[in-house]
Amino acid sequence: MKKKYILEDLDCANCAVKIEEAIKKVEGVKECSVSFITEKMVVELDDNNEKKIEKKIKKVIKKIEPDTTLKAI
Amino acid sequence: MRKRLRKIIISAIIFLIAGLIEKINFANQDENVLHIVQIILYIISYLIVGFEVVKKAIINISHGEFFDENFLMSIATIGAFAIQEYPEAVAVMLFYQLGEYFQSYAVKKSRKSIASLMDIRPDYANLKIDDRIEKVSPEQIKIGNIIVVKPGEKIPLDGIVLKGISMLDTSALTGESVPREVKTNDKILSGCINLNGILEIKVEKEYGESTVSKILDLVENATNKKAKTENFITKFSKYYTPIVVVLALIIAFIPPIVTRTNMLDWIYRALTFLVVSCPCALVISVPLSFFSGIGAASKKGILVKGSNYLELLAKTEIVVFDKTGTLTKGVFEVQKIENKEHIDKKELLELVAYCESYSNHPISISIQKAYGEEIDKKRIIDSKEISGKGIISKIDNKEIACGNIKLMNELNITNIDQIDDIGTCVYVAIDKKYVGYILISDKIKDDSNEAITKLKQAGVKRTVMLTGDNKNVSEKVNKKLGLDEVYSELLPIDKVNKLEEILKSKDDDAKLAFVGDGINDAPVLARADIGIAMGGLGSDAAIEAADIVIMTDEPSKIATAIKISRKTLKIVYQNISFALIVKIGVLLLSAFGLASMWAAVFADVGVTVLAILNSFRALR
Repeated sequence: MKKKYILEDLDCANCAVKIEEAIKKVEGVKECSVSFITEKMVVELDDNNEKKIEKKIKKVIKKIEPDTTLKAI
Repeated sequence: MRKRLRKIIISAIIFLIAGLIEKINFANQDENVLHIVQIILYIISYLIVGFEVVKKAIINISHGEFFDENFLMSIATIGAFAIQEYPEAVAVMLFYQLGEYFQSYAVKKSRKSIASLMDIRPDYANLKIDDRIEKVSPEQIKIGNIIVVKPGEKIPLDGIVLKGISMLDTSALTGESVPREVKTNDKILSGCINLNGILEIKVEKEYGESTVSKILDLVENATNKKAKTENFITKFSKYYTPIVVVLALIIAFIPPIVTRTNMLDWIYRALTFLVVSCPCALVISVPLSFFSGIGAASKKGILVKGSNYLELLAKTEIVVFDKTGTLTKGVFEVQKIENKEHIDKKELLELVAYCESYSNHPISISIQKAYGEEIDKKRIIDSKEISGKGIISKIDNKEIACGNIKLMNELNITNIDQIDDIGTCVYVAIDKKYVGYILISDKIKDDSNEAITKLKQAGVKRTVMLTGDNKNVSEKVNKKLGLDEVYSELLPIDKVNKLEEILKSKDDDAKLAFVGDGINDAPVLARADIGIAMGGLGSDAAIEAADIVIMTDEPSKIATAIKISRKTLKIVYQNISFALIVKIGVLLLSAFGLASMWAAVFADVGVTVLAILNSFRALR
């Protein structure tokens, strides 16, 4: 399933690229695309374990950009 | 943001004081004490502005992330401290942070201006329940609900007008500035702005399926499909930074060992090298330019589904058109009424309308439409259709025959006009006497001619028409338009084959765009390098199938889209080359000891800010 998020306070373009690359590697994530300009992230997740994957994604983002917070839309 | 700016200012003030102490020395202090005070002030100034950066660098290293900008800046400045270049160290950090501040300010600003460009999202809907009106969010409205839209409000959902007359501003959807009138029973699309009257609308689509949310979705997610250039930059920055770091290490240690010159001097050069090495200018400005380009296009009623399509569009050399519905209006209209002396035009049209009133044929329908008055069925005494030829009816004691030349020949009617206009001709005879004809045809769109001319001007080398229509008609249409090639009488599968043929004959770098109305062209739209759908307004099929959707029905927008794409690409290349030239230049200069850290900071931050400002131009 596809989920959309807002990445609040995404301040550097390089980080957007890094976040995208890192999330693509998270287990259960099929596809991920981060748009630096719109501060949006679209991810395609495996249908089960959605909550678990989301948690992992949050962790990855905190690791790369501690100031950026993830919000579901 | 505010906090960041305050830190920068405080740090800058301390930095200035530290610098001035040396010059003034008003208390006649001991040189050594003074020097220590100065160093302490520099360190304080550095920590205020640079602590975050160093912290981030350390955190990232602990995650195994080397080579990011924080790391580069920390190494460069700490290194400068180590070789006792204190003011340099602080200044570099200070300028770096100032640059970052400007950068995020510029990005915020551009995010805002792009958002305002797409400010068509309705905030609420006025739901009518019995006689009350309730303000609810558009997502809550269901199909069949009745909503009220007051003057100045946005139409929140697609529907049909139940009551009211008003003018609509459709510019957000179409880029068209002339308002459109709507009245009872007209379809209405969300995203338009109601200008003057109060409208009562029966909702036909839920919010998620309505035009406005589809368009928003499309434009906002457009940058998810990244252009080749964007992906190239990402890959490039992956290799670029480590290479520069390795080079810096080489510069720092090898030349002083080989030439036995001052090591500190070479370390300074190496640190300068590091400062320039961040690829930020490229990583930010390239996607920003593409997004601005997509925003500029959507302002003109051209929806581009991804940066990659914008990039392809700029390389378009062949444009293939479908005829009906794309270059022509796709609706049959009465073009010409030719009458003989003993009957006037209106009478002729009336008789034909009566004669054909029982027929459902598209030709009959267009005649009824041209006549536009109620048919009094009592006047029709008899009517019979002669398949493939026409209709013979008895009206007010007169026998009316209308049909093609075959019908006229069958009835032995003579003195018929010779016609070589485009379209279908309905000959009319009253009591076996020829009285004139009505010409019905598909009309060429007003701007089709201009569209072809503009494409040529924009450097498109080949324009082709593919159509299922017969050869005679298509060639006549082309006489007016002047496309390079016309292929007619094609079945849908033939269109795909023909397109494959054209695709094979072209260079790899030249791109082919196919323009269709999106309804029956799906396979061809998919096969072309770029599929452009026309008149996407309200048609889901078109929005789904195409890469680029032209919301208005105008083929001339294709040239506009190509122009926007070229401009965007030009800005992208400008930014890339500008950033690379300045950076490589400063890298070379610093390797030979000719550029100070100051120049390096400019090469990094200054270039980024300039590149961002340049990418704004794509918005216009």
